Amino acid sequence: MNQPAESRTQLLSPFNIITGLILAFGGVIVILRFAYGLSYATNLTHTTTWGLWTGFKLVFVALAASGYALTTAVYIFGMHEYHPLVRPAVLSGFLGYTLFICILIFDLGRAWRIYYPFLVQAGFTSALFEIALCVALYYSTQFLELTPIGFEWLGWKRWRKVFIAGTVGMTIFGLLLSILHQSTLGALFLTVPRKLHPLWYSPYIPLHFFISSAMGGVSMVIMVGLVCKRVFGHKMEIKRETLDRLTIGLAKGCSIIMAVYFGVKVVDISLANKWHYLFSGWGLWYLVEILGFVLLPCLLYAYGFKEKRPRLIRFTAVLVILGVILNRLNVSVVAFNWQFSLEQRYFPHWMEYVVVVFLITAGIVAFRWVSKRMPVLYDHPDYKAGH
Amino acid sequence: MSTSRRGFLKGVAAGALAASSAKAGSTEHFSGYAGRYGLLHDTTLCIGCRSCEFACNEVNGLPAPETPINDKKIFSEKRGTSEKLYTVVNSYGSAGIFRKHQCMHCNEPCCASVCFVNAFTKTPEGPVLYDPDVCVGCRYCVFACPYYALAYEYDDPVTPRVVRCTMCYPRIKEGKIPACAEACPTGAIQFGRRDELIQVAHKRFDKYPDRYVKHIFGEHEWGGTSWLTLAGVPFEQLGLPKDPTLEPLPNLTTGFLSLAPIVAAIFPGLLAGMYAFTKRKEQLAEDEKGKLLADAEARAEERLTEVVQKGEERAEREAEYEARAAEKTLKDKQQSAKEGSDTGKEESR
Repeated sequence: MNQPAESRTQLLSPFNIITGLILAFGGVIVILRFAYGLSYATNLTHTTTWGLWTGFKLVFVALAASGYALTTAVYIFGMHEYHPLVRPAVLSGFLGYTLFICILIFDLGRAWRIYYPFLVQAGFTSALFEIALCVALYYSTQFLELTPIGFEWLGWKRWRKVFIAGTVGMTIFGLLLSILHQSTLGALFLTVPRKLHPLWYSPYIPLHFFISSAMGGVSMVIMVGLVCKRVFGHKMEIKRETLDRLTIGLAKGCSIIMAVYFGVKVVDISLANKWHYLFSGWGLWYLVEILGFVLLPCLLYAYGFKEKRPRLIRFTAVLVILGVILNRLNVSVVAFNWQFSLEQRYFPHWMEYVVVVFLITAGIVAFRWVSKRMPVLYDHPDYKAGH
Repeated sequence: MSTSRRGFLKGVAAGALAASSAKAGSTEHFSGYAGRYGLLHDTTLCIGCRSCEFACNEVNGLPAPETPINDKKIFSEKRGTSEKLYTVVNSYGSAGIFRKHQCMHCNEPCCASVCFVNAFTKTPEGPVLYDPDVCVGCRYCVFACPYYALAYEYDDPVTPRVVRCTMCYPRIKEGKIPACAEACPTGAIQFGRRDELIQVAHKRFDKYPDRYVKHIFGEHEWGGTSWLTLAGVPFEQLGLPKDPTLEPLPNLTTGFLSLAPIVAAIFPGLLAGMYAFTKRKEQLAEDEKGKLLADAEARAEERLTEVVQKGEERAEREAEYEARAAEKTLKDKQQSAKEGSDTGKEESR
């Protein structure tokens, strides 16, 4: 067969063409944002200064919890059967944080000063300082956790050995940092009790953010597992039946986490006696989030586990991920400045949406690129027994 | 994971204890720099002439407001502060009550507490100052301000700043009074020492009891502000926050942030312990498996020896029997051969 012709058809696959167009268009908008300022690409106002991009910062970090969720389960609690999913989970977590950092850079007024809190002047009383510190450290940790994949690909055996030896230490450090910054992202909102709708505002919002990140992370693992099997089925070593069994196990764990989350939310409503807020438009919207995207998937997971229905579980995982996205956007955008009239309210500019789509696409492309080349979905033949 | 969550809750409880005991231990209460300045805004005296807006823009080097000073049409909409207006006058209700809005210069500024590069300073004179030279542009201050008093230069791609009223800090340093107070023709804005202004307000409450809601907005709200507001109607009708608490807003976050060191101290050990526990369990299971295997092996060995022994005995016996049988056959054959030869001899004879 003609080699170059084949690679050309590969290069012009529908996937590549569509993602290429999105990336090119998004890239142009990002350039325009930096050339003409935030007002060119966003509808941010002086009263709503954090918009869709900040909402997606929260989303990216919450769904990137897949990394700490699986490494903790496998390396700390010894659930070794989930080992085949660790690398896809850590990789998607790492990419999630990469997207977070990208959208942060687009959103910052002077992104080139991003190191200022560490090197120029620190504001220790800021929740954002803790987040910046934890994310910087966690991002580095995740990178180190992933290096063995690169070393296996490159065949650098000695380096691989060094980094594999640090697995447990890095897992513990990573979980500590995740507990801190996942909850502190919620703590950002502690300071706005009058601006955020009382149903979403809570002194326990850090706890809400941490628990919901765990459910988002586990559901991402289910999703990533499915997509990998669908797209790279031939590459993935793990058998369909094994994947189904792991999926069912993850559903059980996630169902328990979600039940706890639902309980914490009910306690929160009761403690501050916010029941009367439920009987309003905002209350209805809150119930959609809590019943439709927390309680329902929690029960579906439990049912799927009991009846051994991997397909139902995968559908539920999508529901949970949408629920986490909904929650983060509700807190940061929808229920923020809830007392504003319609003309005072912020609605994202179309370019803000484009940039979000651009970043998600870039994340998918990067995941695909790495999994196609490096031993993410399968054990490298040289290190089969090494785990 | 459920275990880690339980640990988290424990950390929350411990942190709350630590925070409360820390508070109980301190005997000194800092209520702010003594003799700091403030501004008293009496909305019952404000006629909505917007002289303050024009004076403000002039002093701060901004172009004059677009709408002319006597154009009352501007009050049909509620304006907020922006990069072109550090202060705005809005009209509220059908009675035409005016209130000037700007940065309140809080006693315990939320903007300062949330800034991760510590760009804000509460000066001993009262004004809260902002340093654009360290600002990264995260806009957490704009987000956090309960009065919506901060604005951002979204149009500027290179050097955007947070912009707001400076309480005319440079003029105060020169011994002058803030431009808005100087420009106000009715005395609705009065500059002075904050504690003296509170006395002025109380005197007005006594002198004109029907004119005021007997409350100074900004005396205690969220720890108090430099700008003090008087009004004849409830303050939330004038666009000020409803039901503010006495507790300064920064306090809402300090309790949580104080947990971080505790979590960082407890968790590595806790998790390492859990890991050791898991390892130990795995080791025990491995040992158990090994023991069972060894037992089974020993039993098999024993049985094997037994079987082999029995087999050997049996084989011996069989061999003996066969040998005997062979011997017998041989004898028989010899016998019959002997008999045969005898008969043969007889026949041949």
